[in-house]
Amino acid sequence: MTVTKPLLTAFLLAATIALAPAWATTQAPPAKKTTADHAKFKELQRNFASGPEVTKACLSCHTEAADQVQHTKHWTWEYTDAKSGKKLGKRAIINNYCTTTISNEKDCMACHAGYGWKDSNFDFTVKENVDCLVCHDSTGTYRKLPGDAGHPVYERKEFPKGSGKFVDPVDLQKVAQKVAMPSRANCGACHFFGAGGDGTKHGDLDSALKTPSKALDVHMDATGLNFSCVKCHQTSGHEVAGSRYAMAAAVTGHARVRGAQDDQPASCPSCHGDKPHHENALLMERLNAHTDKLACQTCHIPEYARDGIGTEKSWDWSTATKMGPEGKPVLIKDSAGRRAFDSKKGNFAWDSYLVPEYRWFNGQVSYITVGDKIDPSGIVEINHPEGKVNDPASRIWPFKIHRGKQAYDAENNILAVTHTAGEDETALWANFDWQKAITAGMKTAGLSYSGKYGFVSTEMSWPITHMVAPKDAALQCAQCHGAESRLAGIDGIYLPAVHGSRLIDLLGWLAVAAALVGVLIHGFTRFCFFCNKNKTPENPQ
Amino acid sequence: MSTVTRIYLYKRYERFWHWSQAALVIVMLFTGFEIHGAYHLFGFRGAATYHVFAAWTLLVLWAFTIFWQFTTGEWRQYIPTLKKVDAMVRYYLVGIFTHAPNPFRKTTTKKHNPLQRLAYLALLAMVSPIIWGSGLLYLFFAYWKAVGADAYLSLEGVALAHTAGAFMMLVFFIVHVYLTTTGHSPFAHIKTMITGWEEEAPES
Repeated sequence: MTVTKPLLTAFLLAATIALAPAWATTQAPPAKKTTADHAKFKELQRNFASGPEVTKACLSCHTEAADQVQHTKHWTWEYTDAKSGKKLGKRAIINNYCTTTISNEKDCMACHAGYGWKDSNFDFTVKENVDCLVCHDSTGTYRKLPGDAGHPVYERKEFPKGSGKFVDPVDLQKVAQKVAMPSRANCGACHFFGAGGDGTKHGDLDSALKTPSKALDVHMDATGLNFSCVKCHQTSGHEVAGSRYAMAAAVTGHARVRGAQDDQPASCPSCHGDKPHHENALLMERLNAHTDKLACQTCHIPEYARDGIGTEKSWDWSTATKMGPEGKPVLIKDSAGRRAFDSKKGNFAWDSYLVPEYRWFNGQVSYITVGDKIDPSGIVEINHPEGKVNDPASRIWPFKIHRGKQAYDAENNILAVTHTAGEDETALWANFDWQKAITAGMKTAGLSYSGKYGFVSTEMSWPITHMVAPKDAALQCAQCHGAESRLAGIDGIYLPAVHGSRLIDLLGWLAVAAALVGVLIHGFTRFCFFCNKNKTPENPQ
Repeated sequence: MSTVTRIYLYKRYERFWHWSQAALVIVMLFTGFEIHGAYHLFGFRGAATYHVFAAWTLLVLWAFTIFWQFTTGEWRQYIPTLKKVDAMVRYYLVGIFTHAPNPFRKTTTKKHNPLQRLAYLALLAMVSPIIWGSGLLYLFFAYWKAVGADAYLSLEGVALAHTAGAFMMLVFFIVHVYLTTTGHSPFAHIKTMITGWEEEAPES
């Protein structure tokens, strides 16, 4: 009995493992996936007073890691566009959310993978200023707050100021001992919160993706495939594949081995190929024939911000500095608890479950960057997705269009660099004085400022590529091919129910009507003659 | 006293071909005009799928039919003639109402009256090439680039030609169906097309 019972158990266990591998993986005690338990490393069994101290410890083993990181955009915040030669990246661009990092580094650099970037004097060569933990923390306790120039929280402090909420200091030793490959939460700590709030910037990235349902993202589905970000954004030597600055908009060919240097692995066809549909023969052919015109995302992300968090649709800076009834700054939220007005920042509009806008896109985006001339008479398109019909490199892509109004130099016709963040006497959010804030910002940016500012309408296009829906929830044919077509505004395409020719329709239906009327008259006449004939005296019966 | 002459006009394959083609054309008209956005019946996805399926089926049917036409010599039935066309026109415009005798008498070697022959010629020489040419180009739109056809063709042009062809087909369909009622009784022609046997009108 004592022998058979464990044997039976073992048999049952083996059978269960064999029959239900999915169940088995969650139930059987797992082997450690990593070959190194960082908690056992002597270098990490000590107290750390600062982030750079931790990095020094990391670098004592991972000798090349800092150098690798220092070659990436996560460190430099700079990118040179291969086609135009233009300098892009967060140091050069100006967006229509928080606008620009210049003169606001102490706040913005909460999302820099480094320590101490508080102004333009930051030394990009200091290795211990690389922040390893922001990407490799697995405890979820590592926090960097605006105002600290990228340092984590060292002392308990109130955040946001005046909110009565306090953030505890990070236990750097614990975090250092529990480092791991980046999870969705690591990437999301910055990328979910771009432009200063959950879901604000991208529309297809927000904190719901930490543990998403299958409906929200079929790949990141926490109880299913559970992809981490780096599953698609495959990383080699800390260089992360896939970037908005150099998008692979039209990957063709078969599915391929991932991670090769010349590939763009962060695209759907990298794994799925460009003939991904396997439904019945007729439908398969039809759907696969779409891949030379449409990005996968166009059908497979029918709506973005598919959660209660939502995303910001517009930001109107022109109402910033308006005070509440008692002359004090106010913060007003919408019915869903999202910012609607802030005396510091102006008006916002938010929404969830948004239908994308569609554009031809070849992966190239043209930017108006800091110091570029604008035409304030119309809507300024800060970034313009390039691409056109009949271009083999272009596909119809879904975009979030973020609209807004922002400050510009009304005489020099350049977008304003505004010193927003900080506690000094020129910061907009401390003094509510546009003139001072723009003067300070432009000076820091090295731009001449006329002294006259205005507000200009701007637009930015953000390609939608996350929140891929399960296939049953993909766009249906009629959503583009029906009368209310999503692609009605796309030029160079022909959709039968949408475009057609009024002349041919008119002539066609007239001909059909004429034929019908003709045969009816002919038939009716025959019928009348038939009745008359039967009444003739020749056939009295 | 009247004698009924019966002739075996339409052989089994011919009838099979005719009715399957009729069914396929009806399906393609219904689905085609839905794709065109005229109404909602099957939904775009259903309409497009059935339309393409019917097209392929009809192509297969035609492959057999062309073979049949040439091996049986029946293709000669479609050789057009202008002889007696005027008489036929006069019959349909006048004689048919006054119960004048039909100037055309069907035989196994001449099943179609001269006007019919002209109509079928127009169908074969004009409507069919428009519909099938544009339809096949439409079907293989995704491959235009691979064979360099995209330099010469526009999808819009192809689609509009297809639409024009569809209207012609619909007009043919309406008139064709109406003319089936012009036999000695309204359903005489349809009956012949089903059984194969033509019964000549009893002399009164």
